Amino acid sequence: MKFGIVRFPGSCDDVDALRAAQRVGDAVILWHAERDLHGVDAVVIPGGFSYGDYLRVGAIARFAPVMAEVADFAAEGGLVLGICNGFQVLCEAGLLPGALLPNLSLRFVCRQVALEVVRCDTPFTCACETSRELSIPVKHTTGRYYAPADQLQELTAGGQVVLRYGAGQNPNGSMNDIAGVRNAEGNVFGLMPHPEHAADPLTGSTDGLLILESLRAHVDSRVPV
Amino acid sequence: MAAPHQGLMRARVLVRPKEGILDPQGQTVERALKALGFAGVRNVHVGRMIELELDDPQRLPEMCNRLLANPLIEDWEIEYGDGAGMTTEGAGAAANERAGAEEVRGAG
Repeated sequence: MKFGIVRFPGSCDDVDALRAAQRVGDAVILWHAERDLHGVDAVVIPGGFSYGDYLRVGAIARFAPVMAEVADFAAEGGLVLGICNGFQVLCEAGLLPGALLPNLSLRFVCRQVALEVVRCDTPFTCACETSRELSIPVKHTTGRYYAPADQLQELTAGGQVVLRYGAGQNPNGSMNDIAGVRNAEGNVFGLMPHPEHAADPLTGSTDGLLILESLRAHVDSRVPV
Repeated sequence: MAAPHQGLMRARVLVRPKEGILDPQGQTVERALKALGFAGVRNVHVGRMIELELDDPQRLPEMCNRLLANPLIEDWEIEYGDGAGMTTEGAGAAANERAGAEEVRGAG
């Protein structure tokens, strides 16, 4: 299992994501200016402030050369995980539905949140069967998930809501407590909480590893071509 | 503002949160104005303004839909001219639709 962690100018959680992924499999950094995914099994777009969050969060990063490759990879069914700023980038790129708006509080939030795994039959959550509640930190200013009413209904009915904030835990005013959504095909997933920051007992929780272990289990279970 | 180069059109793109989307920034500014004693202020929204000079103004709506605004959450309008007596050409959701908002979300 080989993870590829995209690094944009302004990414800041790329190294944590790399180290977390290395606990689960092989992992390499993918530079934003390269059009080469180096044969990875899954792409992780990490958190941070890609291109300084200029214009809108994620708006510039989606045009990076590597994103053209990520879009092709996703179109062929490749696994793509977007965390925080990575989630914002995937929404801007049209690879995930909806958008992330400024927190209702207009404040930066940084805290551990309880998450409900809505479904465990996805490549990103299949290792969460025995642990449907995860404890993972959030840290963002622009994390309020929004989708127009019809789209929200569609993605809820279509089982695209994968993670929700636990009762009373919604840190940003996200619609329907949505913390993470996937695309209709199920191979692209974005979430605001940071699994890579919950990967070592030192920081209080290793629940984040379950997301990466899910990906590994999914890839390992695939029949070799 | 410096004079535009020969043949260039000067324009401003105004971007604001789409109507109906909760705008906590606008609400906060509205409350602050009231706190300062400015009564009778309503519907405050905070957006951004992008100033540019361009050869081909016809392509500006496409630029708005593909980069300058996110049509899912924002409305935009364009002002052409030099600041004094600017003319407005596109506005809000209707203009976004005219310019083909659906192509915006395609791969870039």
